[in-house]
Amino acid sequence: MTAYLIGIGIAVVAALVGAVLPDRHRLPGAAALSAAACVAVLVGAVHVLVSGHTSGLHTAQVLPLTGVDLSLDPLGALFIATTAGVGLAASWYSVGYGAHATPSRTATAMLPAFLATLLLVPAAASVATFMVAWELMALTSLLALLTDHRRRPETRDAAQWYAAMTHIGAAAILLGLVLLADHAGGQTFATIASHRGRLSVPLSSTVFVLTLIGFASKAGAVPLHVWLPRAHPEAPSPVSALMSGAMVNLGVYGILRVGGVLLGGGQSWWWVVVAALGVVSAFFGAVHAAASTDTKRLLAYSTVDNMGLVLIGVGAAGALAAGGERMLAGLVLLAALFHLVNHALFKGLLFFGAGAVQHATGTRDLDRLGGLARRMPAVTALFGIGALSIGALPGLNGFASEWLLLEGLLHGFASRSAVTDATLLAGVAALAITGGLTATAFVKALGVGFLGQPRSERAGGAREVGPSMLAGMGLLAGGCVVLGVVPGVALPALDRAAAAGFAGGAPTTLRVGLGLDLASLHGAIEPALLVEGLLAGIIVAWGVIRLAPRRAELRRPRRAEAWGCGRELQTARMEITATSFAEPLQRVFADVLRPDRDLEVTHTVESAYVTQAVSYYQRVDDAVERVAYRPVIGAVSWWGRLARRVPNGSVHRYLAFGFAALVLILVVLA
Amino acid sequence: MTATLAALGAASPGIWARIGASVLQVAAVAAGGPLLLGLMGKVRARAEGRVGPPITQGLRDLRKLMRKEAIRAEHTSAVSGLAPLVLVASGAVGAAVTPLVTTRPAIAGGADVFVVVYLLLMGSVALALGGLDAGTAFGGMGSSRAMTIGAISEPALLVAILALAVQAHSSNLPDIVAASLAHPGWLASPQRLLALVALVVVVIAETGRIPVDNPSTHLELTMIHEAMILEYAGTDLALVTVGEAMRLGLLLGLVANLFFPWGIGGSGGPLAVLVGLVALGAKAAAIATLIALVEVSTAKVRLFRVPELLAGGFVLAVVAVTTGLVAR
Repeated sequence: MTAYLIGIGIAVVAALVGAVLPDRHRLPGAAALSAAACVAVLVGAVHVLVSGHTSGLHTAQVLPLTGVDLSLDPLGALFIATTAGVGLAASWYSVGYGAHATPSRTATAMLPAFLATLLLVPAAASVATFMVAWELMALTSLLALLTDHRRRPETRDAAQWYAAMTHIGAAAILLGLVLLADHAGGQTFATIASHRGRLSVPLSSTVFVLTLIGFASKAGAVPLHVWLPRAHPEAPSPVSALMSGAMVNLGVYGILRVGGVLLGGGQSWWWVVVAALGVVSAFFGAVHAAASTDTKRLLAYSTVDNMGLVLIGVGAAGALAAGGERMLAGLVLLAALFHLVNHALFKGLLFFGAGAVQHATGTRDLDRLGGLARRMPAVTALFGIGALSIGALPGLNGFASEWLLLEGLLHGFASRSAVTDATLLAGVAALAITGGLTATAFVKALGVGFLGQPRSERAGGAREVGPSMLAGMGLLAGGCVVLGVVPGVALPALDRAAAAGFAGGAPTTLRVGLGLDLASLHGAIEPALLVEGLLAGIIVAWGVIRLAPRRAELRRPRRAEAWGCGRELQTARMEITATSFAEPLQRVFADVLRPDRDLEVTHTVESAYVTQAVSYYQRVDDAVERVAYRPVIGAVSWWGRLARRVPNGSVHRYLAFGFAALVLILVVLA
Repeated sequence: MTATLAALGAASPGIWARIGASVLQVAAVAAGGPLLLGLMGKVRARAEGRVGPPITQGLRDLRKLMRKEAIRAEHTSAVSGLAPLVLVASGAVGAAVTPLVTTRPAIAGGADVFVVVYLLLMGSVALALGGLDAGTAFGGMGSSRAMTIGAISEPALLVAILALAVQAHSSNLPDIVAASLAHPGWLASPQRLLALVALVVVVIAETGRIPVDNPSTHLELTMIHEAMILEYAGTDLALVTVGEAMRLGLLLGLVANLFFPWGIGGSGGPLAVLVGLVALGAKAAAIATLIALVEVSTAKVRLFRVPELLAGGFVLAVVAVTTGLVAR
C-alpha cells in the first residue's frame, strides 16, 4: 500500500512538473517521474498479488463529508499492475513521440494525470471515492484526447462523442451506485458487500443493469462502443495506448466489482446478458477491424473485439458461478483476466507502432503506406510481434489466453444448464470466428502497411524512430513473448485475482508450471516446447536449403525484378491496397458492414461504348451508429433548434418567463 | 530445452521412444504429403482417361527444385525468406504433436486441437505475408483471397474438431483418438457425421482443391494459392511445396485418425508403430482418392460463392457441437 501511495504521489508531481517546467525540460521531466510512479505502483500491486493480502486506508482529509477510502485487493491489484506496465512503456515512449514538436503544457501534464486516475480507480473502496476517480479519469482522458484539436477537426468531433458517451455512462453508474448505497445502509464497498443480503432481487437487478450500461460503454461493448473507434485513433499515440490498453479494462473491472463482489454474483441472466454483449462485440469488432484501412481505427475496432472476448469470459464465469460451478467459474474468469492483461500488452504495443509509423510518415492510412520493413526494421519487427500475438499464433501471449478461454468454455459444458450451455456455445463460435478475422486484419496491417513497396513519397522517405520509442515498444513486446512462451509464470497472480472476482470464489486447480496445465480437467499446452520445435524446424529447413545444394552459388538467393506478367515495370500503383485486400471479406460480411459504395462511369459524347472516366466511391461507416444513434442525435438537434426560438433577446419576455415560473412554483407548493 | 525434456522424461520413462515416434511422424508426413499429391494427380488423370504423371512426380519435382537457385524479388524484406521456413516448421511441429502413427507423440500433453489449428493458421499467415512482401499485384491478390477463405475455414476446422472434443470431454487430440477407439459406436453418432461433412469441406478449402481453388491453374483471374507463391523459385519454392504437401498430409491424417482411428499404434513397440504407419498411409490414400474423384466430377466454384460453401461448413460444425450437447 505504501509503495502504491508513493507512486500515486509521484504521478501527481509529474503532472505538476509537466504543467510548470519550461519547454525544454518538461517532457523528459514528466516522463521520468511518471515512469518512476509506475514502477512504485507496480511494486505495490505485485506485492498484493503475490502475498494475497488486502490492505485499506481511510482518510477524512481529501474529500469533504465522505472522506477517501482506498483498498488494494488482488482483483484491483491486477488491473493496477496492468495499467502500470502499459503506463511505464507509455512514459518512455512519450519522450521520443513528442521530441521534435514539444507538446503543450496541458498535453504534457495530462498524460501523467490520466495515468494517476487510471491507477486510482481500481483502488477506490467507496462509492464517493470511486465516482470521483472515475470522473477525473473521464476528464483527464478527454483533455489528453483534445491535444491535436487545432490541427485536426476530426479530433473535436471525436471528443464530443467521447464526452457525451462517457457522461451518459457515468450518470448511469452514479444512479446505480447511489441506489445501492442507499439500500445497503452505507457507502463504503465493505459495508455494501456485507449487507447485500438486504437487497431485493428487483433492486439488485436494477443496480446491475444501470451500472452495466456505464461499464459496458467504457469497455466498448456493442452497441455502446461508438465513441471508441473515434476517440482512440484521434488521441496522441501514448494516450491511445493507455485508453485501449488500460482504460477499457476498467469497464470490465467495474462489472466484476459491482456485479461479482458487491452484489455477490446475483442472477444468472445478468451474466448471460454480459456474455451476449461480448459475443456481439467480438464479432462486430472483428469484422470492422478486417475491413478498416486506417491503422488506428483498425486497432480500435480490434479493441472492441478483444474486450468482447473478455466479456464472454466474464459472462460465462458469472453464469457458471450463479449455477454453483465455482471451480469452472474461477477457471473461465482467470482466462478472461489473462486475455485482458495480454490485450493490454499487445494493443499498447500496436498503438505505439502505429504512432511510430505516423511519426515517421505523417499518415495512418494503410493505402498510403508500405515498404517500411526495409526503412524501419525495428518498428516493423516490434509491430510484427504485436500483430502475431493478437493473431494468437503459438508461442505468443494471445495464443495462451485464447486457448485457456476456449478450454474454460469447453469444460463449462459440464454444467448441464441449457441457458449456460447456449451461452458457452455462442462464446466458442465467436472465439473461433474472430480468430480467423483477426488474423486477416493483422496480415493486412502488417503486410500492406510494412511490406511491399511504398505507396506514397512520405512512406518512401521514412526513417527509423528514436531509441526511447523503441524502448517503450520493446518493453511491451518482451511481455508478449514472455507470457507467450512461459504463460505459467503469470498463473498464481491471475488465480488470486480471479478468486477475488466473485464473492466466495475458490482458486482453480491449475498445475503450476511453465506451460498451462488444467490438471484434473485434462488439457494442457506447452508453448515452450512448441517454440523449441518451431525453432528447430526453422533451423533444420534453413540448413537443408543452404547446405544441401552442391554448387556454392545456389546456396544464396539471387535478387531479380519481380515477375510482372511480361511487363518490364512494376510500380507501387500496381500493388494491392488495404482497401482491395479487405474487399472480398467486405463482400462476405456486407450485411454487417453495410458499405456505402458508388460506381460512376462517364462516357464520351461521341459514343456510349467509349469510357471517359470511371470514379469509384466507397465508405464503411459504423452501421450501429447510423441506425441507432443518428436518429436520436437528429431528434435532439431538432428539439434544440425548436427551443432556440423561445429566447429571442427581449428582456420583457425573460421577465415574463420568470414571473410565470414563480407563479407555477407557488401553485405547485400551494 | 534440456530442463523441459528432463521434466518430460520424469513424467514417463519412454521419452526417447516418443521423440522417435514424433520424428517418424514428421518424416512420414513430409514424404507422404508429396506422394498423396501424386496419387491425387494420378487418380484424376485415370478418371479423365489419361495416363498421368507417376505418383512420385511430387518428389521428383522437389529434387529438381533443390537444384535450382532461389531468386527473390528486389523489394522483398526478410519476410520472404522466413515465410517458407515458418510454413515448413509449423507443419513439422503440427505433424510431431498430432496422433498420426501413434497415440502418444512426444509432447502429447500439449497436443491440443487448438494447437494444431493455430499451427496451420501460422503457416497460412506466413504464406500470406510472403505473398505481400514483393509488392506485386498478384501476390497481394492471392494473399487477400487466401486469407478471406482462411478466415472462415480455420474457425470451421476448429469448431468441427471441438464437436468431437465435447463428446470425448477433452480437447486433447490423443484423448479424443483414444476415446474414439474405445467407443466404435460413436462413428455413427449424428454429431460425428455432421462434423465429418464440415471437416471435408474445410480440408478441401485449406488444401486448395477444386471446387475452392484449382491447384493446376495459372490463370490470373482464378488462382488463389498459386498467385501467392508466384515470386518463389528454386530452393524457396521447394520449401513452400513441401510445406503445402505437409499441410495436406497432416489434415488428411488428422481426419483419418479422428474418425477412423483403427490401426493407430498405441504406446507399444516398433511393430505397433509399423502397423500404425501402414494404416495411416492406407487411410490417407483412401481419403485422397475420394477427394480426387470429387475434383474430377465438380467444377470450380466462383470465388465469391466459396465463402457460402465455407459458411455452410461452419454452421454444420456449430450444429454438430449443439447436437453433441443435446445428445449428452
